[in-house]
Amino acid sequence: MKKLFKSLAIAGILGALMSPQAMASGDGPKNAKNYSFSFEGIFGTFDRAQLKRGFLVYQEVCAGCHGLKLVNYRNLAEPGGPEFTKTEAKAIAAEAEVNDGPNAEGEMFDRPGKLSDKFVSPYPNDEAAKAGNNGALPPDLSLITKSRSGWHGSLKSLYLYSLFNGSGGPEYITSLLAGYADDPHGEEKEGLNYNPYFTGNWIAMPSPLSDDGVEYADGTKATVEQQAKDVAVFLAWAAEPKMEERKKLGFMVLLYMLVFSVLLYLVKKAIWRNVKH
Amino acid sequence: MSGHSTNYEFKNPAVKWLDSRLPIFSLMKGQAMDFPTPKNLNYWWTFGGILAIMLVIQLISGIVLAMHYTPTADLAFNSVEHIMRDVNYGWLLRYMHANGASMFFIAVYIHIFRGMYYGSYKEPREVLWMIGVFIFIAMMATAFMGYVLPWGQMSFWGAKVITNLFSAIPFVGDSVVTWLWGGFNVADPTLNRFFSLHYLLPFVLAALVFLHIWALHIPGNNNPTGVEPKSGADTIPFHPYYTMKDLYAIVVFLMVMAAFMFFAPNYMGHADNYIPANPLVTPTHIVPEWYFLPFYAILRSVPDKLLGVIAMFSSLLILLVLPWLDSSKVRSGKYRPMFKWMFWIFVFDCLVLGVVGGNPAEGHWLIIGRIATFYYFLHFIILLPLVGLMEKPKPLPASISEDVLAKSDAKSS
Ligand code: HEC
Ligand code: HEM
Repeated sequence: MKKLFKSLAIAGILGALMSPQAMASGDGPKNAKNYSFSFEGIFGTFDRAQLKRGFLVYQEVCAGCHGLKLVNYRNLAEPGGPEFTKTEAKAIAAEAEVNDGPNAEGEMFDRPGKLSDKFVSPYPNDEAAKAGNNGALPPDLSLITKSRSGWHGSLKSLYLYSLFNGSGGPEYITSLLAGYADDPHGEEKEGLNYNPYFTGNWIAMPSPLSDDGVEYADGTKATVEQQAKDVAVFLAWAAEPKMEERKKLGFMVLLYMLVFSVLLYLVKKAIWRNVKH
Repeated sequence: MSGHSTNYEFKNPAVKWLDSRLPIFSLMKGQAMDFPTPKNLNYWWTFGGILAIMLVIQLISGIVLAMHYTPTADLAFNSVEHIMRDVNYGWLLRYMHANGASMFFIAVYIHIFRGMYYGSYKEPREVLWMIGVFIFIAMMATAFMGYVLPWGQMSFWGAKVITNLFSAIPFVGDSVVTWLWGGFNVADPTLNRFFSLHYLLPFVLAALVFLHIWALHIPGNNNPTGVEPKSGADTIPFHPYYTMKDLYAIVVFLMVMAAFMFFAPNYMGHADNYIPANPLVTPTHIVPEWYFLPFYAILRSVPDKLLGVIAMFSSLLILLVLPWLDSSKVRSGKYRPMFKWMFWIFVFDCLVLGVVGGNPAEGHWLIIGRIATFYYFLHFIILLPLVGLMEKPKPLPASISEDVLAKSDAKSS
């Protein structure tokens, strides 16, 4: 009992210590909405149909400005991803124009993309990307869900909240894309758009999504929020293509270790049974 | 117990042949099997074995990672992603190594606090303790350089902030920093040498661990009573009693590690490190890995840069003289009513420093950080020497066996 009190007291003091940051956060970005996704949790897997929809949004909307250069076209047909058929993935790759070479004459040339190619970025380099976007750089999206977090201030960004809710990357992307609004103070800024989820609240990217901006083959209604979720899930897969394999293996490993540890405990107990300690 | 043990008579002729020329089997039998170990060690004593396993895990996963990693500023970030995406089970290796580093530090902090609580640093274990402190420092250096290798934003800016500390050295500071960097900024040459050193240091660590265990096997283990074994009745052979207990604890510890690796692999890392290093864009908050935070807090709580650096290094080095700061003759905190409280307050103080280190050094964080830093040194320099003289320890048991019997009697009645 005394021990319990002691631990409660410690937990209480620590909690009190960590919470004041909530007050200190002030004008920072808004916490992302905590959407729930099918890939969350120990047994979570991606929803294939959703990944395909998300790919469509990326391809038709985002790819004009953002690259996805760490992903190969072949990944689209691999298990644990959107699982397009090989033929479909080949066709998707072939739509891209890949600069290759030099050939036997020493010339660079363009050819249709192959499964083994990486996604072709819309701009040849960062400078060109900036020049095409009023000086703002559209970041490559390959790792975007892992390089952003959705929770700010107090306990959230710190300890327990992120342990059970993840870093909030995909939630942030969804909230950001669906979160464009008018500035509450009625302010407008040249070339910038108000978005409460963005650090600093003014983002150079114009709201990329609109209702029915894409047409889903599976009949899902393409609201802005739906598209935002779908593309966020697709990007979560792009950032962590081995997630399903990881969780599956993890479950087996933990199960194995659990059984092993129980056996070890029993062995240890049997060995120690005659020793007073 | 130590050194030249007598040769055992082995039955197997090949073993016997080798052992009479190089008594490696005798050594192993004497030190790893028959070694007399106090019978009352609790689970806090399993962390030494856990640490040894963690070192092996880091070595193996690291060596395989190095087969696929490219230590140049242009390619490092993408080569890590290549490991994550294209190398067979590369994601497993990398998450093992990254989370392994964190788990290594969790274990070492528990191990150190265990030593502090039970007075394991006291005579005759001072050298054992000091080797431990060197291990701790070498671990920190290794982890710091390892974190630079993926060449993300936190890699780059963490390296820049920490190496820049040396510019506080009077007169030669800036030249020292240029020398460390191999240029005028953290860049390709810096990454290259950090990779080289990150590969080297774990082997130094392994050598230090060997010395650590050697120094342990001269006096033998301390134990929760702090009373040295008086007779054979107080000890049991290391094998099978502690080999099995340690193995059980190791598997449980690795389960915690596996839970992180497989289900929250980036929880202990930082999102910004998935953005490629960019010398032109400074992240809003530059934060080192969690296990450096208490020391980072101490650094930043001193207004003067040079003094801050001195305070930070002193907070580590003061551990070296801990055996001489503690004036109490009683080892175990169990029998020290005042020290016991001080110990927990000190643990709490370190946790507070950790939280402070993760937050911007401004407003109330700065004030809390300063108080906690002050207390950190107060604990070592004033309280420990003083309390040892003032407090009245509880009566010690005559022997380990007596203590064990008293406890089991109390349980059964
Ligand atoms: C017209 C070009 C354009 C299109 C189309 C576009 N973006 Fe952007 N995006 C940008 C620019 C420019 C930025 C940089 C904004 C800044 O730094 O203020 C950006 C930034 C971002 C960011 C980073 C926000 C942050 O936290 O730094 C994300 C995420 C993002 N875009 C996602 C998307 C997604 C998903 C789509 C497709 C639905 C998309 N973008 C379509 C131009 C575009
Ligand atoms: C790579 C890191 C380390 C390894 C592999 C390691 C290994 C071990 C092992 C196997 C033991 C015996 C089992 C035990 O008592 O837990 C031990 C004991 C000990 N270690 Fe470490 N250790 C490491 C780091 C440290 C550090 C950083 C310190 C202190 C600063 C330290 C201080 C001690 C002390 C004082 C003991 C004797 C404890 C006792 O018997 O009461 N060790 N270590």
